[in-house]
Amino acid sequence: MIFYKAGKNIFDQQRVVGKPQRRVDGPLKVTGTATYAYEQQPTQKLVYGYIVGAEIASGQITGIDERKAKHSEGVIDIITYQNVPEVGTGAFLSAKALGGPHIQHYHQAVAIVVASSFEQARAAASSLVIHYKREAGQYSLQSRAASAPLSKSGSFRPDPVSSVGNFVSAFQQAAVKVDEVYTTPDQSHAMMEPHATVAYWEKDMLHCWTGVQQLNWGVRDLAFALGVPKEKIRMRAPFIGGSFGVKGTVMSDTVLAALAARKTGLAVKVTLQRPLVANNTAHRPATIQHVQLGANRDGKLTAIGHRSVSGNIPGGRPEAAVLSTRYLYHADNRATELKLAELNLPEGSAMRAPGEAPGQMALEIAMDELAEKLKIDPVELRIINDTRFSPEHPNKTFSQRNLARCLERGAEAFGWHHRSPTPGQQKAGRWLKGMGVSSAIRGAPVLPSAARLTLQSDGRLNVKTDMTDIGTGTYTILAQTAADMFGLTPADIDVQLGDSAFPESPGSGGQWGAASSTAGVYAACVALQEKLAEKVGASLHDLSFSDGLLIVNGTSVSLQNLASQGEISADAKMEYSEGRKEFEHQTFGAHFVEVEVNEITFEVRVKRMLAVCDAGRIINPKAAENQVLGGMVMGLGAALMEELVVDERLGFFVNHDLAGYEIPVHADIPQQSVIFIDDVDEFAGPLKAKGVGELGLTGVAPAIANAIYNATGIRVRDYPLTLDKLMTKARAI
Amino acid sequence: MRPFNFITAESREHALKLVADNKNAKFIGGGTNLLDLMKLEIEAPSLLIDISRTDLGQIEKVDDGRIAIGASVTNSALAANMDVRRDYPVLSRALLAGASGQLRNKATTGGNLLQRTRCQYFYDTAQACNKRLPGSGCSAKGGFSRQLAVLDIDDSCIASFPSDMAVALRVLDAEIELVSLSGTRMVPIGDFYSGTSMQPHIDTVLKHDELITRIILPRPLGGSHFYEKVRDRASYAFAIVSAAMVFQPDGSARVAFGGLAPKPWRVEFAEKLLTTDIDEYVRLAFSGARATHENQFKIPLAKQILKTLISKHREL
Repeated sequence: MIFYKAGKNIFDQQRVVGKPQRRVDGPLKVTGTATYAYEQQPTQKLVYGYIVGAEIASGQITGIDERKAKHSEGVIDIITYQNVPEVGTGAFLSAKALGGPHIQHYHQAVAIVVASSFEQARAAASSLVIHYKREAGQYSLQSRAASAPLSKSGSFRPDPVSSVGNFVSAFQQAAVKVDEVYTTPDQSHAMMEPHATVAYWEKDMLHCWTGVQQLNWGVRDLAFALGVPKEKIRMRAPFIGGSFGVKGTVMSDTVLAALAARKTGLAVKVTLQRPLVANNTAHRPATIQHVQLGANRDGKLTAIGHRSVSGNIPGGRPEAAVLSTRYLYHADNRATELKLAELNLPEGSAMRAPGEAPGQMALEIAMDELAEKLKIDPVELRIINDTRFSPEHPNKTFSQRNLARCLERGAEAFGWHHRSPTPGQQKAGRWLKGMGVSSAIRGAPVLPSAARLTLQSDGRLNVKTDMTDIGTGTYTILAQTAADMFGLTPADIDVQLGDSAFPESPGSGGQWGAASSTAGVYAACVALQEKLAEKVGASLHDLSFSDGLLIVNGTSVSLQNLASQGEISADAKMEYSEGRKEFEHQTFGAHFVEVEVNEITFEVRVKRMLAVCDAGRIINPKAAENQVLGGMVMGLGAALMEELVVDERLGFFVNHDLAGYEIPVHADIPQQSVIFIDDVDEFAGPLKAKGVGELGLTGVAPAIANAIYNATGIRVRDYPLTLDKLMTKARAI
Repeated sequence: MRPFNFITAESREHALKLVADNKNAKFIGGGTNLLDLMKLEIEAPSLLIDISRTDLGQIEKVDDGRIAIGASVTNSALAANMDVRRDYPVLSRALLAGASGQLRNKATTGGNLLQRTRCQYFYDTAQACNKRLPGSGCSAKGGFSRQLAVLDIDDSCIASFPSDMAVALRVLDAEIELVSLSGTRMVPIGDFYSGTSMQPHIDTVLKHDELITRIILPRPLGGSHFYEKVRDRASYAFAIVSAAMVFQPDGSARVAFGGLAPKPWRVEFAEKLLTTDIDEYVRLAFSGARATHENQFKIPLAKQILKTLISKHREL
């Protein structure tokens, strides 16, 4: 099925889709019976693998002494580059899942020790002696930034340069200017469930359970890594305990579990130990961003310049921090630029709202600085510079854009008028109070997605797709979709996800999951309805469905009866017409934050947060609210505490555990609320819905930074805004 | 983690005998730090001696009005004890500022005193660390040091000591009862931690064959008690700087700091300045501070905390 635009359709009734729904998988989650990768118990003999990470950042393995480890109790095998074929790289990442003799980054996997128990494997791993020759590497983004070249275009690599009008002269002539450098740190996904895999081979067929978000990428990249055909891999990920992008494709746990299973002929279970996750896998790369804004006295932007440099290993992608600047505000003269420095730190890759989150962390502070210079309210300034047309492609409009509505609605709901335009004016005891705002924007991509709908002989409907549920609520929204199409309730639908044997979806990533996978299920529902129409000798247009009945020309037949002679199944795939490119597809939002800052210690406590989101129809307001709330928590972490600290001498992230890499705890989380703008996007898909999972994060951190400025009058442009930075600046004032 | 034996001692004497017989034995209380260290093989005892059944779980009033806290008393129980809350609120507040509810339910008083540093290089066995592996060097010096010590350090180690509880015990002048087969000794908490010694792998004066049995609090000292802890998040984080402070009605005050040194930091001789000349107190109490670029904010922060506590006390 090819999609261009949705007309009036069944989902407009807002009967099931559009209504808050409890998660259909909720009971499994809360009773501990949702089976995650590490909990799978295959019937094969099961052994355990323990991954050993490289102890240097750059260099060579010069020798491996495995005598002691090999004779350690319970050890079955030790796998290194010396005894398996060279591991290939996949299409998404450039680091190899198994290093040696060349080491690409700290904690790159160099061995997997296989033993009868996890404890035995761990004990033996520590007696494995690996000799290294350290080589010089580049570990400092700051020192490589000046010489960094432009990044290259390609898949998930936007064009490095964009230019409209004459930015340089417009900026020069602007009446009011902001010209500042902002930095964002390397960040860790820090998801609850570390990477884990169970793998075994049946002859030449590899079976694995893991936590990969996009099974089609996972299978593709595992096939590259192992040098086997894709068809010889079956990958399952029915439940995933958080991922935020770092499980987009297979990592060392899967590749090494598969290698170990092949070499030993046994089923191998592997999880990455927490202290290995930050350096072994991937992270969001740090950025140094230069933002230049020029405006007329009336607040109209005349020039927007945004340049960003990030680092990555050779072959890695840039953090596309300027991407959303290309769509957010109008200005006749604009220039953006992405540079990429080669570093020998672990590989940087996608983390929730890649590019967009750190980009807005810079741009949206700059807008606050501009508002202050102009003496215009920051909400008003953003509305003044709103646009109907794509800023770099003025012949294009947005499929839907309610940025100004988000800002207005949020300002009213939050009590924005209580904010003092002059910083440092409001105080409660020792606590300085302030409010901040930020716009939010995040792309709304969709990708082809397939599904299989089966009417079972018991009258229940079954949905199968290799889509995943990473905690987002996919099981529920797919049940909602099928329920509306057949006049049923979500409880009447069985949804099966996360199996590469099922029809291919684009998986969960890039905020495309909800729109894409519901569209695929819609297509499969239509295909099944066509089969049923044929069976009753009617045209699809004459059919309707209600309460488990198919109704045609006033007579009805139960779904169960239709399948009494055997289940009826239909596969279909939703694809998108070229016409989609006529529009820009984005989601929008506004974040409002109130903070208190201790005037003596500069501790920051966020008191209230509000997100207003514009993402088309909200399929399940309950699950979508969860997503946005989670994004707000993550944004608070980004603003106030999260930073992978680079040891620039030794080339690694030092705070590589959850004691050292602090993320918010409950006590940090204030009153949060979410408002969804009531609108639909007819160009988004049959459900007229877009994703919100990443939108909920973008704009949160700068809103907090702006609130801190409003409270204190101290402007910190270097995330995270920790108390030492505030204190140092305050003492300098 | 190395394979190890585990014996639940039936009595204190049994525990002491077991530890005297095995140079690689260790006592285990709640295990909230030791087990992590064992998983990383920073500690690799061949024998763990569980002391949970050696009758050290009581908080008792001693005849002269002092309080004796058994080494196995959990942090939660100690923080909730009515005598402690009434007479030593600084201790209760310090305990509740530490760790999380789950950890406090498991962590013991004796174990809390013996926590190892939270220096990240100590926990990464691929990095040089004199505290973990004597003579290997110190990776933290010149590296990530924001959380680390600025006082009582030298080139061999800049680790800070993470306990909140011990900071309160230091301001209260608690004593620690150490028992071995050869007898009992009382060590004032001010003498318990080694601090700079060029032997950073030795944290305390505790000998291998000694067991911490009780922590003795002096008779109630009255006054107003404060524990102020500054950290990057609101809970479940180690102190960047903390302060335990007691003000007396006669105008005197005492204070101990956490997060600044390899031990709770208290400079008694300067305390008479606390309520008269803060700048001079700071100059004396923090003289010899050796900060890095990353942690040079700690001394000014400590001073700010002092000022806060003094003004909080005035407002009472």
